[in-house]
Amino acid sequence: MENSSYLHMFIEETKEHLQQLNEQLLILEKDHSDQEAIHAVFRSAHTIKGMAATMGFEPMVWVTHDMENVLDAIRNGRASITPDHMDVLFKAVDLLETQLAAVENGEDLNGIDTSEVVEELQRLLGESGGGEPVGPSPASAAAPGPAGAEAPPEGGSGPSAEGAVQAWQLDAFQESVAKEAKREGLGVLQILVRIDEGCVLKAARAYMVVDTCEEYGELVKVEPSVEELEQGKMDQEIRLLLILKRGTPEAVRDALMGISEVRHVSVEPWTAVAESVSPPPAATPKAGPAAKAAAQKEDLKAKASTRGLKSVRVDIERLDALMNLFSELVIDRTRIEELAKTSGHQELLATVEHMARISSDLQNLVMTIRMVPVETVFNRFPRMVRDLAREMGKQVEFVVRGGDTGLDRTVIDEIGDPLVHLLRNAVDHGLETPEERRAAGKPETGLVQLVAYHSGNQVFIEVSDDGRGVDREKVIRKAIERGLIDPGQANSLTDGQVYDLLFQPGFSTKEVVSDVSGRGVGLDVVKSKLEQVGGKVQVQSKPGQGTKWIIQLPLTLSIIQAMLVSIAGEKYAVPLHSIVETAVIARKDIRDLHGQQVIPFRGRVIPLIDLEQLYDLRRPEVRDEENVLIVRRGERYGAFIVDEFLGQQEIVLKSLGRYLQQVFSIAGATVLGDGQVALIIDCNAFLAA
Amino acid sequence: MEQQGRELAQEIKVIVFQLGSEEYGVEVHQVLSIERMQKITRVPRTPAFVKGVINLRGVVTPVIDLRARFGLPEVEYTEDTRIVVVSVNDMEVGLIVDAANDVIDVPVNRIDPPPAVVGGVKADYLRGVAKLDDRLLVLLNLDRVLNAQEVAQLSAMSW
Repeated sequence: MENSSYLHMFIEETKEHLQQLNEQLLILEKDHSDQEAIHAVFRSAHTIKGMAATMGFEPMVWVTHDMENVLDAIRNGRASITPDHMDVLFKAVDLLETQLAAVENGEDLNGIDTSEVVEELQRLLGESGGGEPVGPSPASAAAPGPAGAEAPPEGGSGPSAEGAVQAWQLDAFQESVAKEAKREGLGVLQILVRIDEGCVLKAARAYMVVDTCEEYGELVKVEPSVEELEQGKMDQEIRLLLILKRGTPEAVRDALMGISEVRHVSVEPWTAVAESVSPPPAATPKAGPAAKAAAQKEDLKAKASTRGLKSVRVDIERLDALMNLFSELVIDRTRIEELAKTSGHQELLATVEHMARISSDLQNLVMTIRMVPVETVFNRFPRMVRDLAREMGKQVEFVVRGGDTGLDRTVIDEIGDPLVHLLRNAVDHGLETPEERRAAGKPETGLVQLVAYHSGNQVFIEVSDDGRGVDREKVIRKAIERGLIDPGQANSLTDGQVYDLLFQPGFSTKEVVSDVSGRGVGLDVVKSKLEQVGGKVQVQSKPGQGTKWIIQLPLTLSIIQAMLVSIAGEKYAVPLHSIVETAVIARKDIRDLHGQQVIPFRGRVIPLIDLEQLYDLRRPEVRDEENVLIVRRGERYGAFIVDEFLGQQEIVLKSLGRYLQQVFSIAGATVLGDGQVALIIDCNAFLAA
Repeated sequence: MEQQGRELAQEIKVIVFQLGSEEYGVEVHQVLSIERMQKITRVPRTPAFVKGVINLRGVVTPVIDLRARFGLPEVEYTEDTRIVVVSVNDMEVGLIVDAANDVIDVPVNRIDPPPAVVGGVKADYLRGVAKLDDRLLVLLNLDRVLNAQEVAQLSAMSW
């Protein structure tokens, strides 16, 4: 077998099984008696072992072999699960992940030390006083499935006999194609291929079978369907109806037998159902309960892997190009709409209106194509929280909801780290120890929740715990210590303001700096990372009841809400998320403070940003009353004068091109309805520390 | 025959445009399109030769004034003024020129290295000078003319 062509398949499938292992081990950890989870873990370990053996990745076989033995002892009731078991099994999964990463990078597996994990697994096995003799033998790589699942002997009661072959159900189309071929004098063959029981990469074999058949003619029917085969959703048998265009039936048979792990091939001429006695569909070959069990097993596997199928990978740049072309179309549409209106041509108006509807549907479609469910990020957290909880000596129930919430690809890539941080924070700082919780009259097991949902044009992700809550006094004490606030200010601060202090650089209230969090790099990084993608984060907390971190993210980065303004005849767009409000100020209220112009705003004094000077603008007149836009970046406020507010609208964010990469305070540009380019002001640049 | 064939192969196709009385050329494969003058959105805090950005079929494209880039005196834009949109190192940039109206084949063996200064333009920006029957064509070195790093530095310095 040519390994390289299956390497990709091996990596993908192993990844799925590793994810499955993690998920099922977590379930098992909660409920030691969950038989289904034990079996699922065993199956995944077994499958990985088999695949690794086929691919020649011996070190992975050693690890999975011992895992299997440990699991087998549990399964048979020879050993009961202890926390020790769980730790070692998780460690083994980690090791497999490391090994797989090495395989993926084309590194040598022998460079990874497996001895520690293997020794621990064998120690567990020794404790349970049983298991197979240590050290994997090649024979044990074969499936030790239930004896009943053995394939029936060739020519036996199995479905290779005539009767079974006639049981084929063809739909009208397939039948007419087959009949037509016969009429044309082409041979129509019904082929039954049985693949070896121990075959691990069944999907690969099935693919080779289909591929081989296609070399000889046209396939009318494949059962299970090609989709099902790709998912490995099959027993040992594949049935194919082939219109023979090249070669002889014998040649087809020989070619199919030539595929390794193919155990039996029968090739017979097809006869239309009407021409023969059609047996009842009940005769469809399903060899007893064992085969059924095997089918169920495959079903389970298929269920676990149905996601992400029938999909196409597309370079994100192509989607951007699509988006560009689309927005160009929108601009033209607006023009045509105007032309149609002036012409007053009724049919034209109706057509344009229809076009407008289609283009808005199209826009939604393009947007959703860029969406990725947040679970691609969430997937790894259950395991992480579990490890953390063990490390910290805490008991945690971790609940994830809304994993299917979609978010723009570019945003997805950025939220992983902030979420890791907040979750760590929740387990480390948020939750109390079991003793503390008991003393406070709470259940010993703390609850950490990760919830995602849509709301309007935003996606919210909440990380909450039912722990001790943020200690207001402690935060204030720390803030005074760090010189962030005056002692005199302390009592006048609202809770919200106090919590915001947590996001100040270098702020950490944890007294003992733990390994997990509280390393000083912290919430300020979380905040700035989220702000980079146009997001926000807030805290809500009740002493003794818990803390909730609320992250607000834009659904997409490429379309943003903005306010259009004109200044000295130039149009600019200001992202709505940085605008506090619009206001009118009297010129006499503009003061000069150490060379900086300032204006009063809601009880505070905020700087007036001199856009005229910064952007080299020439406003024709100075008015007594000026329109100002109040903007903020976190707690920093600022204002700038504009001539006119042109209204709020959705704009498509575009870059200025590679030639103009870093222009001060310009976040990009957008094309307006009239085809003109307006620059997007990045207010954060003015409000920098 | 063979000799001739090779000579044919060693011709480059060049788009010719004018700056003042001089004729300049860029290789045709570097040119994406030639546009009429249109409304340019100024981008503040960029070097003076960066005139701003235009909407080129949905793509926001920076535009520079080639006269200003070469330190030549700027002139009013006229009916003949064109924006030659070029693509160099994955950068798309429009070059404002006095006029653009010709495509010619230039035999490579007619191209000489540039003298230190041609019509006020530093040799640094030039690839060579081609002497054709009755005209002198200055070939531009767009890699040097369009230097994003230089723009970034100039942007930062001028403020």
